This record gives sequence, C-alpha cells and structure tokens, in this order.
Amino acid sequence: METDRKDGRTPNQLRPLKCSRNILHRAHGSASWSQGETKVLAAVYGPKAGTKKNEDPEKACIEVIWKPKTGQIGKAEKECEMIMKKTIQSICLLTINPNTTTSVIVQVVNDDGALLPCAINAACAALVDAGIPLKHLAVAICCCVAEEGSVVLDPTNVIEFVFGQQMRGFAYLVFPNSALSALPEGSYLVNGEPLEHGIITSVTHGVMSVDEYLKCVDRGRAACAKLSGFLRNSLQKSQFPSDTSSKAA
Amino acid sequence: MKVWISSKEKKPMGLDQSPNARHSLQSRIPKNCHHWTLTRSEFPAVASSSKTAVNRRPNPRRPPTAYCCREISRLAPPNSPPDPASLVVAIPDSQTRPGARTLEEIQKKVTMGLVDSSGDLSGEMEVDAFRRLFPLRYYERHLAESIRPDGRTLGMARDTTLALGAVSSADGSALTKIGSTTMLAAIKMEVMTPSAESPDEGCIAIEFHMPPICSPIVRPGRPAEAAVVESKRLSDTILRYGRMESLDVQPRTIWLVFCSSGMINLKELALVSGKAAWMAYLDIYCLDADGALFDAALLSAVAAFSHLQIPVVSLNDKGKIVAFTEEGDTVGKLEKEAVNKEKRKLTLGNIPFSLTCALHKKHILADPSSEEESIMETLVTVVMDSSDRLVSFYKPGGALAYTSLVTDCVRLTRQRMKELEKILDEAFSGMEVD
Repeated sequence: METDRKDGRTPNQLRPLKCSRNILHRAHGSASWSQGETKVLAAVYGPKAGTKKNEDPEKACIEVIWKPKTGQIGKAEKECEMIMKKTIQSICLLTINPNTTTSVIVQVVNDDGALLPCAINAACAALVDAGIPLKHLAVAICCCVAEEGSVVLDPTNVIEFVFGQQMRGFAYLVFPNSALSALPEGSYLVNGEPLEHGIITSVTHGVMSVDEYLKCVDRGRAACAKLSGFLRNSLQKSQFPSDTSSKAA
Repeated sequence: MKVWISSKEKKPMGLDQSPNARHSLQSRIPKNCHHWTLTRSEFPAVASSSKTAVNRRPNPRRPPTAYCCREISRLAPPNSPPDPASLVVAIPDSQTRPGARTLEEIQKKVTMGLVDSSGDLSGEMEVDAFRRLFPLRYYERHLAESIRPDGRTLGMARDTTLALGAVSSADGSALTKIGSTTMLAAIKMEVMTPSAESPDEGCIAIEFHMPPICSPIVRPGRPAEAAVVESKRLSDTILRYGRMESLDVQPRTIWLVFCSSGMINLKELALVSGKAAWMAYLDIYCLDADGALFDAALLSAVAAFSHLQIPVVSLNDKGKIVAFTEEGDTVGKLEKEAVNKEKRKLTLGNIPFSLTCALHKKHILADPSSEEESIMETLVTVVMDSSDRLVSFYKPGGALAYTSLVTDCVRLTRQRMKELEKILDEAFSGMEVD
C-alpha cells in the first residue's frame, strides 16, 4: 500500500518506543519514555504527609507538575496537568494511604507530536518504579483522522499527508493495560466487554463524525494492547540501572 | 503551677459518685432538654401558637409534611432534638415537575429506611442531615427510581434562559442561566495590526474569569484552577476547532491544518489587508458556579458572538482607523465606510453546543449540578455542532467508559442540541423585533 507518511510508516504503525526506569537516583521513582523523537521524563515523589487545601483527606492526593521544554508555564500546561492528574487518580488505589500527597513531575525533553500520551505513559512507568499501588496501568495513544475518514496512529508534528489527504482532527485516548492471567477469559468481562476496552481518558481536537471517533477508539484499543505488551516487558526487566533500558521497534 | 486544693474538694468536679454530687450534675442539665417532659406552661411563647405542634411526639410512621424553616423554629421548643415528623422538604415547583409524587415517596422512604436500617444510624435523622453526611447513598436511593433529588429525570437538563445585550457598553453581550449556573459574556472590539503570517485575519482572545462571587471555594487573589482550564478549553472549541494555527508558547511549525469550517472565520475580522484588523476580546464571567460551567460558558459565548455589532470605522488622512462619526468632519474614504457598513455582523458557521454528563455506575446524569459533580467523579463533556459532527469528546479520567456509554452520551447531546437551538432562535427573534 502506498504511504505518504514522511517516515515511511503504514497508518497502523507506531514509532520506535524506548522506556527506561530508575534513571534519577534522588526521586522515589522515575522513568523516561520516548516515541520516535518525542521524549518525556517523569519523576515521582511520595507519598508525603498531608494533602493540599480543598482536597479530600480521606484519600491520597495526586499532584502533577508539568515542565515545558522552553517558555513559561501557561494555560496549555495547566490543562495537561489537570488531565494527567485525573487520569492518574483513576488508576491509583487512593484509599490505601489516606491524607498523603504523591507528586508526579513531568519534564518535556523534546516534542514531536503526541506529547500528552507520551507523558501519561512515562508517568505510569514512573509510578510503577516508585511502587505506588495501582489498580492497573494506563496506556495512551494518539489517533488522527484524515479527510476521507481513515485513521492514522501516532502522528508526528509535521504536516501529515496520508494518501494525499490532510488531517482533520486527532484524539488522545488512554486505556487500561491488557490483563495477562491464568484464569479463563470469561472472568474478566464487564458487561460482555473485556476490561481493557474501557476508555479512561479521551481528549479530542478538530472535527470528526461520531463514527470516525468510534473507529479511532477501536484502532486505539488494538494499538494499546501492543503497547501494554511492550510496557510489561520493559518493566519486568531487572532492577540494575545498566539493564533497565529496553527497545522495541 | 501548683493548684491548692482545699481539704473539702479532693476530687475534681463532675466525676464524684456521691449522691450529692450526682444531684448537682443532673441539676446542671437544663430541664427542657428532654421534650418528653415539657409542658405548655414552661414555654409561654410557644403556648400561644398552634397546640398540636407542641404536644406532638415524633412518630416515624407519619408521612413527612412540609413546613417552612421559620415555622419550625417558632413551633419547636429550643434545645430539643430535631423532630423528624416536621422535617423540611424543599421541592421546587412540585406541582409542575414530573415525578413530584415519586419524590415525596422517596423522601418518605429515606426517613423510614433510616428507622429500619442497621443500627449505625439513629432513627431520628433529618433528610437534610442524611443528605449532607451520606450524599452518595442519598443519591443512589433516588437513582434506583430513575429520578434526581431536584425532580429531574436522568436525561433532563435544567431550565435554560438567555438574555442578549446584557452589557450595554460592550459591542456584544449575553447573560446565560442553566439552572443556577450564571454566565455573563461580553465582547469588546479593538483595531490592531495583523501579524505578518496572516495579514488578512483578525484575532480573538477568550478569557474565562471565576470571581469569588461564584463559589465559596474561590478566594480573591488566586485564580481558580478550573478557570484556567475552562478558558483554554473554550478557546480550543471556538477557535482551534476548524482551524489550527501554530500553537502558543513554543515556535512550532504549523503541524496539523484542519479544514476551515469552524464557527468563526477570522478573515471576516479584517479591515485593511496587512495594516488593520479587528481584535475581539471575549470575557466570560462566571457569576454563579453550580455545575456544568463549560456548557453555560459556551452557550453565552455563542450568543454574544451572534449578538455582536461591529462598530463602524473610517480611515482618516494619516491612514489610521478612527471611529466613524455621523457629521462627516473626518474625511473618510467612501469605499472604506461602505465596506464596513455592510459587514456589521459576523456570519457564524456551524455552531457548537455542549452537554456535560456525570457517570455513576450504570447511570448517566445529564447536566449535573455542583453537588452531583462533587459526588460523582466521572464527568464527560460532549460538544457537537449543528451539522451533527463531533467537535469534542472530553473525558478526563474517572471510571472506565465503554462504547455503549459513548453512544448514549452522544444521543443525549443531540437532544440537548435541539433544545438549545430553539432557545437561541427564540432569543434572536425576540431581539430583532426591537
């Protein structure tokens, strides 16, 4: 099939992924995640005693600080912080350590498209590295909708043309990771759908029809199944710093 | 510090078990604490009011009757524990709301349920207190009957009103109320020089303010976090929707250019190519924050843009744009005035409408109030435009949403869009008559 993407990928192909754990030694947990040229570094400190004002003291509180590569912190950064905070709150077990604050600091090293999904993946790996109790992992992906309605995964920052069409809109989607268990399939179904089909977070920009959005969700689920396999492999590697980087094409 | 204790008082007061001490302890409790024992003569003020109220014993099986607050404080003696039979039930417009009778039955069941339930609750708790202490259980009892405490069904939005031209000094303004949530939007126009990359386009700056008047959580000085996020989301929906420029802060190449069928075409805001263009400042003030802020803010912004009257300007000798005066002492190019006289109103493309839904287990609640938003952690905002396209499906975290939920939310949004289009049309036809 003819592909017009600048780096020669097919519409369903993700960029090369890289995940390293335990890179910062002072932080309780840290991870770096890169998808192609986009690279994000995440550090986790916590749990610390006390919650912020206006937060429920019967639950643990999550605080996210987003540091852009250049420039001052503006509205876009605050919005990313809020989306990440709500996403992480829904995957953490908040009742285990009540009245504590866990800080997640995200530093953008390079931005080449799909920045927020990259940051969510990095934060999730950092939370695992820190040992924060989680219900399941969060795997994020960016899906793009072309003029004719076809869906393209993981776009980069430059003007994308696929089959000669321009992009119309894109969606950031976050799903839970796929479960690997010895039990038969039937026990993990919720309303007839497996757990990893549920959307944790969805942010869309641009205009698309409802059917195109549902197509994005389907493609996103399939891609996240592969991503969660990669995440499981890289997190299962040994603890030694020299051994913690893993690469996947 | 040494405390000298006299030989008589060796033990601290109140803990003495001797009969003298017990009597003194009991005498410290005011007599009217137990309302079982009071008589009419002890309360002269109350004796003059209705006889039945004072002598009534609390009867859990009795259906709750509605009294207003002032009546209760007059009838009930001070210091007595609350009388559950005379609790306050506030049902707005109970005669016209659907399911008003079901609501009363549920409130009844709540009080009765308290008596019958396990012993962790005292049987004499008011409905109001139960609502504050156990909000989730209170709501779940209502959701089981597919109704909400304010009498709405699950898919129903609150009453929406729209008033155009609320601010006379602004070029376009609108006041929107969805239930109690109130938003005031105002647009001011200014002339500016357009940027070199887009010499034929004007600019719109959108700012969302949450002054301390709107909510007890917001304090002066520190802008609420919600305000910053809503501001960004509004500008994304109104401006970037349909057209994406190079993003702010960092100088990036224009990376994704979408087809330009957005609500506002920035080319309409041009005056003189390369030299002068309009800058519209849209300010939205939240006057009362009671849930679904984004919906109300988007509706007020759309209404303000529809109401906008671009001021007439002319070009003076020095090539500067000045406000047009009727007397004609400013020498103006006729072509300039004519162009501006025709384009006094913005032509709006596809108008976006939004609906926020709260998710709780299997129930979807449309248009949540602030109480519902604080209890239910999962909120979804769906924005659709008049040509039935999805502008935004915004779900930040929360419980997992499956495909059936996506389709249900979209269906509710379509219904709401029809209602809002009717309200917008009515408001405009009313205005044009003037």
